[in-house]
Amino acid sequence: MPIPSRRSGFLHPVASEITPRAVYEERRQLLRLWAAGAAGATLAAWAGRDALAQVPRPGKLTALPGAPSAVAGALSLEKLTSYQDASTYNNFYEFGTDKADPARNAHTLRTHPWTVEVEGLVKKPGKYGIEDLLKLSAQEERIYRLRCVEGWSMVIPWVGYSLSELIRRVEPLGSAKYVEFVTLADRARMPNLGSRVLDWPYVEGLRLDEALHPLTLLTFGMYGEVLPHQNGAPVRLVVPWKYGFKSAKSIVKIRFTEQQPATAWVKAAQQEYGFYSNVNPQVDHPRWSQATERRIGEDGLFAKKRKTLMFNGYEAQVGQLYAGMDLKTFY
Amino acid sequence: MRTPSYFFVNKLLMHPAAKPVVFGLALLPLCWLVGAVATDALGANPAEALIRSLGDWTLRMLCLVLAVTPARVMTGTPALARFRRMLGLFVFFYAMLHLLAYAWFDMGFDGAEIARDVAKRPFILVGMLAGLWLLVLAATSFNRAIRWMGAPRWRMLHRAVYAIAVLAILHFYWMRAGKNDFAEVAVYAVLLAALLGWRVWHRLQQRRKPPAPARASGGY
Repeated sequence: MPIPSRRSGFLHPVASEITPRAVYEERRQLLRLWAAGAAGATLAAWAGRDALAQVPRPGKLTALPGAPSAVAGALSLEKLTSYQDASTYNNFYEFGTDKADPARNAHTLRTHPWTVEVEGLVKKPGKYGIEDLLKLSAQEERIYRLRCVEGWSMVIPWVGYSLSELIRRVEPLGSAKYVEFVTLADRARMPNLGSRVLDWPYVEGLRLDEALHPLTLLTFGMYGEVLPHQNGAPVRLVVPWKYGFKSAKSIVKIRFTEQQPATAWVKAAQQEYGFYSNVNPQVDHPRWSQATERRIGEDGLFAKKRKTLMFNGYEAQVGQLYAGMDLKTFY
Repeated sequence: MRTPSYFFVNKLLMHPAAKPVVFGLALLPLCWLVGAVATDALGANPAEALIRSLGDWTLRMLCLVLAVTPARVMTGTPALARFRRMLGLFVFFYAMLHLLAYAWFDMGFDGAEIARDVAKRPFILVGMLAGLWLLVLAATSFNRAIRWMGAPRWRMLHRAVYAIAVLAILHFYWMRAGKNDFAEVAVYAVLLAALLGWRVWHRLQQRRKPPAPARASGGY
């Protein structure tokens, strides 16, 4: 290219360098074609999400297949956390407070026979054997993000069905405003119940409309198999837009109440844990930031933390539940 | 008192190889951690495991260095004093690795992020304060610093290690407070309280005795 000087005046393009119209139009067409191709590939991946959702089974426990869920937002396309990590890095204080403790100690848990008692403000209270509960509705596979209040997260393929399936069958009374979940407290089988870390049994709760939300999952399995003991066998809750501790494990009682349940962590530290505990990067825990999270198993030691999403990325599905609420007050 | 075993132990402690051996032993935890990182043996959250292990080892080294003087006096083994400075510097070493791992793996070396975290979490602030004190003590640990400051002033400054022990326990306690899980904190608290309490007790005992001739090696 010639270096322009004052004497060269206005620089005209050389005729031979002008791209003919036919060629540049062709190029645009090509770009359009490529774009269409890329979109097509994306669509193909979208269409194939059912195939993607077929998670390889770890082959450790009884198979519990679930059809890919049709519920909006229920099938995250993110990379799954390994079964190894998801089943050895757990908070289940009844078996110890170290995250390796549950996998070490929970073998003592007996999940058969198991009954879940439904009581309180419902027309049809009753006791459900785990076998009946398993067959109550079609099992679905759902791939949810799990965000722990401690600042780490996983992506886990759960198997279960919407809790609303059970709630509809027991017919809550008009006065029922909340659902309380009571979990197992078996001194003979849970080594850490002697400690005073929390008030046992561990109790969690949801507002009735939260419990009825289709994303709220009554969960029996993960990775295409029944739940490992340390993950809350034989039946647990998974509420993907709330911090993990809201998802009660090894549930023995579901109670419908008019008063807001006194939940375990609120009782233990009221100024630190709220009843709602929705994942919210803008409302910090009093002692640490909730703006970021470490995705377990993601590129090891040197991976940067990722930004935490409002309602753990489920804002489109659950945001309306909290319309008009001050989430700083109701944390 | 001077039994054959006393002479044997003293000979062992005075052996030219004794210091390198202790040095090597104090490096073992680090070797183990580096090996665990290399073989991906730190579990699902290696960053957290690494940061916490380095903190644990800082506390253990702190207990060890504070045990030197009570052990020396109680067993009448002056040779033990040879190891005090090195062990003290290992407390500093593991504390700095602990801080480095936190700043790197938890904070991604983001200065603004770290500043926000210090403001947000009191236990981080307490840990930082303890680290800062350790830095001062490490920076004045060599012989010329002692000569330059004068032994009494130097000794006074290095009594800050007792404050560091209290800060370290507070740091650990506050970190575990979120889980209401104080069993392990209690173990270290009792250990450090015993080591500091012994010094108070010993000082009172000394005071009751008639003034003794100047001690050969001062400091606790």
